[in-house]
Parts: sequence; C-alpha cells; structure tokens
Amino acid sequence: MTANRLAESLLALSQQEELADLPKDYLLSESEDEGDNDGERKHQKLLEAISSLDGKNRRKLAERSEASLKVSEFSVSSEGSGEKLVLADLLEPVKTSSSLATVKKQLSRVKSKKTVELPLNKEEIERIHREVAFNKTAQVLSKWDPVVLKNRQAEQLVFPLEKEEPAIAPIEHVLSGWKARTPLEQEIFNLLHKNKQPVTDPLLTPVEKASLRAMSLEEAKMRRAELQRARALQSYYEAKARREKKIKSKKYHKVVKKGKAKKALKEFEQLRKVNPAAALEELEKIEKARMMERMSLKHQNSGKWAKSKAIMAKYDLEARQAMQEQLSKNKELTQKLQVASESEEEEGGTEDVEELLVPDVVNEVQMNADGPNPWMLRSCTSDTKEAATQEDPEQLPELAAHEVSASGAEERPVAEEEILLREFEERQSLRKRSELNQDAEPASSQETKDSSSQEVLSELRALSQKLKEKHQSRKQKASSEGTVPQVQREEPAPEEEEPLLLQRPERVQTLEELEELGKEDCFQNKELPRPLLEGQQSERTPNNRPDAPKEKKEKEQLINLQNFLTTQSPSVRSLAVPTIIEELEDEEERNHRQMIKEAFAGDDVIRDFLKEKREAVEASKPKDVDLTLPGWGEWGGVGLKPSAKKRRQFLIKAPEGPPRKDKNLPNVIISEKRNIHAAAHQVQVLPYPFTHHRQFERTIQTPIGSTWNTQRAFQKLTTPKVVTKPGHIIKPIKAEDVGYQSSSRSDLPVIQRNPKRITTRHNKEEKL
Amino acid sequence: METAPKPGKDVPPKKDKLQTKRKKPRRYWEEETVPTTAGASPGPPRNKKNRELRPQRPKNAHILKKSRISKKPQVPKKPREWKNPESQSGLSGAQDPFPGPAPVPVEVVQKFCRIDKSRKLPHSKAKTRSRLEVAEAEEEETSIKAARSELLLAEEPGFLEGEDGEDTAKICQADIVEAVDIASAAKHFDLNLRQFGPYRLNYSRTGRHLAFGGRRGHVAALDWVTKKLMCEINVMEAVRDIRFLHSEALLAVAQNRWLHIYDNQGIELHCIRRCDRVTRLEFLPFHFLLATASETGFLTYLDVSVGKIVAALNARAGRLDVMSQNPYNAVIHLGHSNGTVSLWSPAMKEPLAKILCHRGGVRAVAVDSTGTYMATSGLDHQLKIFDLRGTYQPLSTRTLPHGAGHLAFSQRGLLVAGMGDVVNIWAGQGKASPPSLEQPYLTHRLSGPVHGLQFCPFEDVLGVGHTGGITSMLVPGASEPNFDGLESNPYRSRKQRQEWEVKALLEKVPAELICLDPRALAEVDVISLEQGKKEQIERLGYDPQAKAPFQPKPKQKGRSSTASLVKRKRKVMDEEHRDKVRQSLQQQHHKEAKAKPTGARPSALDRFVR
Repeated sequence: MTANRLAESLLALSQQEELADLPKDYLLSESEDEGDNDGERKHQKLLEAISSLDGKNRRKLAERSEASLKVSEFSVSSEGSGEKLVLADLLEPVKTSSSLATVKKQLSRVKSKKTVELPLNKEEIERIHREVAFNKTAQVLSKWDPVVLKNRQAEQLVFPLEKEEPAIAPIEHVLSGWKARTPLEQEIFNLLHKNKQPVTDPLLTPVEKASLRAMSLEEAKMRRAELQRARALQSYYEAKARREKKIKSKKYHKVVKKGKAKKALKEFEQLRKVNPAAALEELEKIEKARMMERMSLKHQNSGKWAKSKAIMAKYDLEARQAMQEQLSKNKELTQKLQVASESEEEEGGTEDVEELLVPDVVNEVQMNADGPNPWMLRSCTSDTKEAATQEDPEQLPELAAHEVSASGAEERPVAEEEILLREFEERQSLRKRSELNQDAEPASSQETKDSSSQEVLSELRALSQKLKEKHQSRKQKASSEGTVPQVQREEPAPEEEEPLLLQRPERVQTLEELEELGKEDCFQNKELPRPLLEGQQSERTPNNRPDAPKEKKEKEQLINLQNFLTTQSPSVRSLAVPTIIEELEDEEERNHRQMIKEAFAGDDVIRDFLKEKREAVEASKPKDVDLTLPGWGEWGGVGLKPSAKKRRQFLIKAPEGPPRKDKNLPNVIISEKRNIHAAAHQVQVLPYPFTHHRQFERTIQTPIGSTWNTQRAFQKLTTPKVVTKPGHIIKPIKAEDVGYQSSSRSDLPVIQRNPKRITTRHNKEEKL
Repeated sequence: METAPKPGKDVPPKKDKLQTKRKKPRRYWEEETVPTTAGASPGPPRNKKNRELRPQRPKNAHILKKSRISKKPQVPKKPREWKNPESQSGLSGAQDPFPGPAPVPVEVVQKFCRIDKSRKLPHSKAKTRSRLEVAEAEEEETSIKAARSELLLAEEPGFLEGEDGEDTAKICQADIVEAVDIASAAKHFDLNLRQFGPYRLNYSRTGRHLAFGGRRGHVAALDWVTKKLMCEINVMEAVRDIRFLHSEALLAVAQNRWLHIYDNQGIELHCIRRCDRVTRLEFLPFHFLLATASETGFLTYLDVSVGKIVAALNARAGRLDVMSQNPYNAVIHLGHSNGTVSLWSPAMKEPLAKILCHRGGVRAVAVDSTGTYMATSGLDHQLKIFDLRGTYQPLSTRTLPHGAGHLAFSQRGLLVAGMGDVVNIWAGQGKASPPSLEQPYLTHRLSGPVHGLQFCPFEDVLGVGHTGGITSMLVPGASEPNFDGLESNPYRSRKQRQEWEVKALLEKVPAELICLDPRALAEVDVISLEQGKKEQIERLGYDPQAKAPFQPKPKQKGRSSTASLVKRKRKVMDEEHRDKVRQSLQQQHHKEAKAKPTGARPSALDRFVR
C-alpha cells in the first residue's frame, strides 16, 4: 500500500525514469508476500479437501494460532474461517449478555439505513426550480391564448374593456323623494292608485303578492323534495340498468335469460290455471314467435357465428354442442305437429324424380369425346355410362371424321374454335339422340346416320367458313393497325385540296366585286388587287407552322397584316351623302393630297410598321455577351478573326425572356418597358403572413375610398383598429373581463411585472 | 372602375330633362291622378309620320321592376335569424311580409366586385387564408351595399324606337323637337356664325357650359342651357382648339402660336409659350393634366394645378393633329399619318403601344367612356372599331363613302362620325356593347362641313361645330341619365364648385400613374420584390424564406436508427424529385400538344408563297 501511495505521488511528479523503475519494485514486494500467502492457502485447501473426504461436514472452526499470518496489523482477516465477520461479532463477549442486545440492534439498524444523499448543488436546484416555475407559468398563461388570438383577429378593439353598465336606479328610489305637483301628475297618480299599481315603494302589485302567497313555503318544500326523490330514484334505476347492460359475461346473460324464460313458463302455467283466456293470448304469442322464426331463419346455422362454429365443430366438442343446441332451438321454435310418414314418402319420391330428371343425354354426349379430356369427364355419372357405351360405336367414327375435317379446315385451331366445335358436337349428338329415340329402331340407324352425317357435314362446312372469316378479319385487324393510319393520312389530303378548288370561283368573285367597287372609287382599284391576291394566298397557306424558318414566318405575318388591313368591309349605306360644296382652297388642296396619298399608300405602310416592330423586338431582347479576345491563344491581326470554336466558347447567351405581349398580334407593338415611375408607387415588400404576391394583391384589390363605396361601406372599411374612449383609464386586461373566474394569483399584469415573485409563490403552492 | 352611385345631396330636380328619355321622379304628393307633364302626354296627334317616341313608363313601373328583380337569382344571404317569430311582430301584431334584408340581383353585385377570382392562388397558410377570407367577405359586403344603393339611380335612359320596319335614321331633328317637351326642345338650337369660320367646341365636365372657338379668332363661352353668355372675345389669331380645364372657370385655347388660358370673363390668365403651335388639346380631369399635341410633333403634358410641364414627348411622327383621350385610363391616343395610332403616358418616353389601323393616315380617333372600344377613321375611307382590352383587333369595319373626319363617343357608347356636312350616329345594343355599324341610329345634315364634335355629358345633346357655326342636336339615349352630385353636378352652386375643386385637388392622381392598366396600382411590383429577395439572400448568406430541409421526426422503440432516418429522408427527397420530373414532363406534353395542332401539314402550294 505504501508503495502504491508512493507510486502515486511519484506519478504526480511525473518523472519518467523512476516511473519506469517503480512498478518493478512494487511488483517485487507484492510477489514476495503473495508467494508466501499462496503456499499457505493451498496447503489449507488441501487439508480441507482431505478432511472433507470422510463425508462428515464438520463445522470449520476458525483456529487461531499466534504464528499465523492471517493476523495483520491493518485489518481483521477472516481468511480461513469461511464466514464473514459481522460488526456485531466484535461486540460479542465470550458469554452472551442481554444488555448488549440492544446495542446490537441499534448497530444493525444503523447498517441497514442508507446514507443520506448529497444535496444537489445550487445551480441544479435553481434550474429545477426554474423549470417547474416555467411549466406552471406557461400553463397559467396558456389559458390566455384564445383571448390573445381573438383580440389579434378582431376587427376592432374598444378600450377600456370593462363596460360600465349604466346604473339603473329602481324607480322607487327615484320616486321616493318626489311628489306630484302638477295637475297632470296628480291625475296620473290618481289613476295608479285606483288600479292598485305600486306608486312609491312596493315592487309588486297586490295581485302578484296574492299569487305568491297562494302556496305555503312548507308545502312547496315538500313537493320539491318529493320530486327530487323521484328523480333520484329514476336516475339510480337507470344507472343500474346501464351497468347491467354493460356486463360482458355471456354466462351471466345466459343465466338471466334462462331465469326469465323459466319465470315466464311458470307464470304461463299459473295463468292457464287462473285465467285461460289470457293463457290463450300467450299461446298466440308463442305461435307468432314460431312464425317469426320461420321467417327469419335466425337459428339455422347460416349466421356468422354459426359458420365460424361449423368450421370449429370438427375439432371442438363445445362448438359442436353449441351448433346442435342452436339447431335444436330452431326445431323447437319451428315445431308444429306434422305427419312424419308423409314427409318420408316425399323424400323418397324426390330422389326418384331427381334420377329421372337427370338428363342422361347430356352426360352421354360428353362421354363420347376422347377419354382423357377432363372437361368431359367432369360431370359424367355412373347412371348414364351404360347408355353411352351402347351408342359409342356408332358415333365414334363420325366424330373422328368431323375432327379430321375440322382440323383440315383450320390450320391453327384456337381455343375459341374448339369451344365452338364442341358446342356444335353437342348439339349434333343431341339431335342424334332424339332421332334415335324417335325411331327406336336400330335397323334404320344406318339411314339416319347417313342423313345426319350429311347434315352435320354441311353444318361443319358453314362453321369452318365462319371461322376462316374470323381468322381473316383478325389478320386484317392486325395489319390494319399499320395501314389505317396511312389511309387516314391519305384521306385529309383530298379534303385539303377541296377547299382550294372551291376557293377559286370565290376569289374571282371577289375580284369582280373589287372591280365594281373600283368603278365607284376610281383611286382604289389601282392598289387593291395585289394585296388582295396575297391575302387570299395567305388564307390558303396554313397560318403558323412551328418549324418553318423565321423569315418565312415574317413573310406570313406580313401577308396576314395586309390581309387584315385590306379586308373587304361593307360600305355604309347612309341616307345623307355629304355634299361637297365649294370648300376652302386649302381643304381642296388637302383633299387632293389625300387622294395622292391614298393612291400610293399601301405596302410601304405595312412594311414600315413591320420593320419598326422587328426593331422593337430586337431592342427588347436580352443581349448575348461576347467575351472573346482576338489573338488570345491563336494568331491575331488584321483580317484574322477568332475561330468559331473560340467564339462559341466565350459567348455567354442571355436567357430568353418571357414572350412578348404582342407576339401574336401582327398589327400591334406593345412596349415591354417597365414604367418605373408607376412602379415607385407600387408595393415592393410583401407584408408578413403572405408568401405570394398574388395573395396580397387579393387583399388590396377592393378600393376603400369613399369615391368607390357607399358611405356605410366606406365607414366600415376604414374603421380604426383600436378605439379608445377619451378620459378613461385603460387598465390591463383581467380574467374577469374575458369571462374567466377571477384568480388573483394568475393575473397577467402581475406576472409581467414581477416574474421572480411569481416563482416563489409557485414554490409555495407546490408545498401546499 | 365602377363607382358607387351617390345621390346628390342638394340637387334640384332636373326639370328640363328630355322627357323622351327618362321617367320623371315620382313625388309623394302626386298620385296616379297626375298624368300631365308636358312630354308625358303620349304621342300628340300632330305626329304626321308613323313614328313613336318611346312613351313614358307608366307610373307604377317601378313596382313591376321590383317584382322582376326579386325573380332574379339572388345573392345568397344568411337568412335573417329570428329567434322568436312573435318578437318580430311589432306592437300592432302584424308580421313583416318580407322578412330579412331586401334581395339584391346578382349581376348588379357582380358589377362592383373587383377581386379577380379567376386567377388561381398558390396554396396558402391558415393565417393567410383567414386574411383572404376577410378581404373577400369585405368585398362582397361592400359590393352588395353598392348594389343596394343603385336603387337611388332613379333616372333611366330613353331612346328612339321606330315602328316595325321604320328606320330611326329617317327621323329628323324637327320631328324630335316637335315630339318632346318645351324644355328639351330648347336644347336643340343653331348658332349661325358664318363669319369666323369652322368652329371647335367643348362642353365642361358637368355638361352645363359650352365653349367654342372659330378658326378666325372668335372665342366664346356660355351656359348653354340658359343661353347665358359668359364671355365672348376675339383673340385676333387663328384658334385651333379650345377646351375647358377642370371647371368652367378656366378655358384653354390653342392659338396660332401659343397656348393661352382665359377665365370665364375672357381675361387672359396665362400664355404658355412652351406649348407652341398646338393643334389639339385634351384635358385629363383626374390628373389635372392638359395634354397638347403640336405641329412640331411634340406631345406635352401640362399640370394645370401647379403650372408645370410634366412631360414633353416627341412622337417622332411628324405633325400631330389627331388626338383623343381614353377616359378609363387617361392614356392619350394619337393618330399618325402612317396609319398607326399610338398610346401615350407621361411616364414613358415611348408609346405604350402602337396599333396599325389604316393603310392611309388616321383622320380621327375616339375612345368610349369604358375604355373598351376605340373608333378610328382613316384616309382609306374606313371606320373601324377596335377592342382595347389587350388584343387591339378590329371588331367591325365599315367603308364610308367619304370617310369620317371627326369621331366622338357618348357616355352611353353611341358613336358619332362627322363626314363632310353630315353627321351619322350609331348605337349599340347595350351600354357595354360596341356600336353596331349596320345602320345609323340618327343622321343629320348641317349647313357646313363638320369641324368639331362632342356629346354633352348628362344631356341627350350632341354639339357639332361646323363652318356655319354651332348646332346642338338632340340624340335620345346618348348620355348617362344619373349624375354623381358630388363629382360633376350640373346644378351646383359656386360654393359647391369651390368645395369640389378643393376635394378634387386633394385627390389629384399623380401623372406618372398613367398606364394601360389603371388597376396596376393594386398589384405588387414583382420585379422589385424579386430583386429585394435576391439582395437579402446575398446579404444574409442564406435564404430566410427557404423551405427547411426535411428532418425526419425522431421515433421510439428503436425505429429511429440512423439507417431508417436516412431512408426516410431519401424517401421524401425521391418524392420531391419525382414531382419535379412529373411536372416537367407535363409541361413538355403541354408544349407538344400545343405545337401539334398548329403544325398543319405543309401544302404543296406553299412553295409559291413568297
């Protein structure tokens, strides 16, 4: 041990070399001790083993000898004794004395008591306290949540919160110090007196008082008590019934039911003795129950429970019994006196009938077919076998022939066809059977066979034809998937051509019309025809092709535009045609100029406009950035351009903007520029609860000004969010204000003001 | 934007309204016994031709109307909860025969609804959803209230109705004047002013005042209803156009060199030299902007409330002499000699849109009050009506024998065209339908070629300026029968006008808000929003709004092993990936499906297409 301590102290000094040495010393010193100890112990054990060999369990007595090493100065060693030393043993003198017993007890008690745990340190205690206090406060405050939410969502808050109820003084108080003076007042008072109305003090009229006095207090109390009792009893009874109903035990319910049934029987017996008429009624009731049972099939093993039991019945005795019970109950309920013999006869008869009814013909037919076919084997019965065997030899060759022919006709017999064939065979054999029956002469069977076979053949042929057709049609279908689209594709072409053909005369017509028009307006016909023609062309050509080159598109657009501008418009027929009187000279001149302009105006207007539009589009397009440095990484100089690869590499393409608003409007240029001045007036930041600008826009779309609203609506839309009454103190909200019961401790303002005190108070509460 | 109708508070009853067009408001003191007002006597015998002006509705017409309304599908309303039917009956014990709030026709409510429910919303959280629900409920409530208050619009528009087969265009002004009451008949008049050349004219916004300017310098303003002259001057310079500013007290005149502003006494207040050689004037009442188009090709916006030029835009299209405004969104439409019409806003240096309308130059442009239709006429003698709701395609086209030099829309969508010395008026089927150019509704021949046209607001009157002076003709059903007493009240006093002026100035709309969609202000600036988001992400180094990566929940009983966690994570990731792939596939399919029908098979004749 000393060495150990030494080692520790030295370790603390952290001297490496000594550290390396010391453990050795330590080990050495220990090993010396241990070596001796071990030898001793082994010896002891050996002795013990030998001593225990004789079979007797001798009590080992701790032998004590002075020379033993067991005694050490540091501790009391119990080695060798085999039992632990108890503290009380030390007290024990050689002779036991009673006085020491109490001390022993005390000692044992001391030992059994656990040590008192160390108190937590201050921070932890505080933390726990805080946590508890926080939870408490949060709970207290959480009841304010709905109030806060309501107030936040409220359209208007009016402060102060508590409404002063106007103190309505009872009229009596007002009247007490008041006397009628004027004649009118006196008259009124007179009237009141006459009608025995209360004038000054009394609250009730004499009539009301009389009515109040009608029932004495005791009486009323008694009545009330009675009513109370009745109500209580009823409630008890109800509770009991509910409780009983809730009991889940089946056994209990069974017992109860049985008891009831027994009771009912007893009563019935009694009734029969006492009052036969009533008994009859009861009987009728039973009869009715029987009818109900017969109607409802309640106990006929068809319910869910019964089915489950039926599954179990094979293995479970109880289940079997239950089923039987049910059946017996059914019988019992449905019982009526019946003649037993009749039913038996009936049963026998039905069997016979069944046998008769079974159409052996059908079964027999199936037997005709090849043996291994499971379909045909399935429903054959032993009854019909004999009959079948009789006819087999006749029919077999036929069938074989049919089959051969069928297989010859159809290269790939499909399941469908097989089924059809089978049906056919069935039919045929049926017919045959009937024929046979009719003839009933085996001798004439040959003829019939021939005729029938011919028939069959013809039928078969027809059938095979049908099948072939089917095949073909199927094939066609398969192929038509490929061909039909082609056909469809081909089809529209003539359709498309048609309108063109149709258009021709029309165009001529329009031209003619134009000429006519031109006669009217001499200057118009010069310029109109060409654009008109072009317009027609544009009509003919599909307006927009997605993959057409851009230039072409533009051309089309141009054509469209011309079309749009040169469309024929019916001239107005007006009653008053303006008379051209002698006008001022300049006006005439202007007119002349107009005419010239009209004559030469035309395509250039449109072309100019298109050019303008193109420029505008180009200007509004985002520009690509070219970062190529000529001469960088390759030869540079006059006449040398950077390679296409380089240019491609360093060209930063601008992202394509949204489509222009006038993309599809050939005659319009809409400026894409943003109105910055107007934008300065617009909202630029979304307010809090909104996440998308469209949401917010919805809330500001309704104008609130008085220009757009009625006065009422305007006032409502512009009500202030908070209204305060001037001259009133606005006190903090209290629990009573919002309908909570007042608990002065949980008042919000107090909490806010002094949170610390609250925590201490909560601690107190905890203690309480 | 529809504004809720409002009754004028202290509006004197319109006694001098055209009796043909609307029913007189019924007074409580006059019972059925009073069938006599001048125009109410149906069809006086002096009607020579078989013609019928629409007779006044019978007095009990409104009852009929009510019953009709109640038959219509009604806005689903909560049934009024009556706790106790007995409590409903009042002291008299009688029960309310029509319990609950009065029914409101759905179509009328729909008119006031502004939330576009056709656009789908992304999935929203519960909190957001509650906000949206609140907004929708508010909208419904306010629109129902507005629809209810339509009841206060007592006046109804009238119109001419020919007997079967009869053409209303054959009815001439004299016949109409004969048929209507004296007050209305007084609204038809001619001013013979042959001396000072073709006239341009302008009605004030209330429709009470008329200003006109002759080419040779004659400028006059008058209260045309009472024929009281306010001022008459000769500016000794060519007058190209004339226009009232926000009220009848100020008058802008485009003279030969500069733009001048006069008051209603004829005193020159301003001479604006920055607007020179102005050919046309337009006033945008809600923005207090005077738009001028000049010979030099500039479109200039002058803010008349502060006297500053807001924007001077170069149209780059030569001389500008065709201009009109879109009352719906205050966009200016300019017609050019190359057949295009360009749309302008002071906030943009370039046109908002350019529409190729005619093959020759554009001679006249007009936009209807709802901003839905634009009528143009060009040198190619065609009159076209365009749809302005995004497509800009012509809806109907007609060739006129001589082309229309001037066009104007009325408040209720009637279109007038001045062709030489004839005006033709076309009417549509309803208020929101374009005028059908099949048959003219009315025609009228004037004593000289037309030079200016305008329908008078809130009166069934068309003012025509021509070389022979001014003609005021009656056009039944042209204008809105109900006016907003707080907005443009023809009967307002001076005090009321001043009051209104202050309010209007306070509500002035900034010039830069003019754009094609006037409701753009109710939209979020998505580009800035995205930009802001990007910047925030850059600043923070992460996306605060990003969806948190899936973190599997810890599970008990040993099912929370690392392997299972990874598996669960994997599952979710795969699911997301699959979703993405599915979506992209769908998009592809969509594209293909779209591309397929358009890809008609090429015709053999395509090769001849040049």
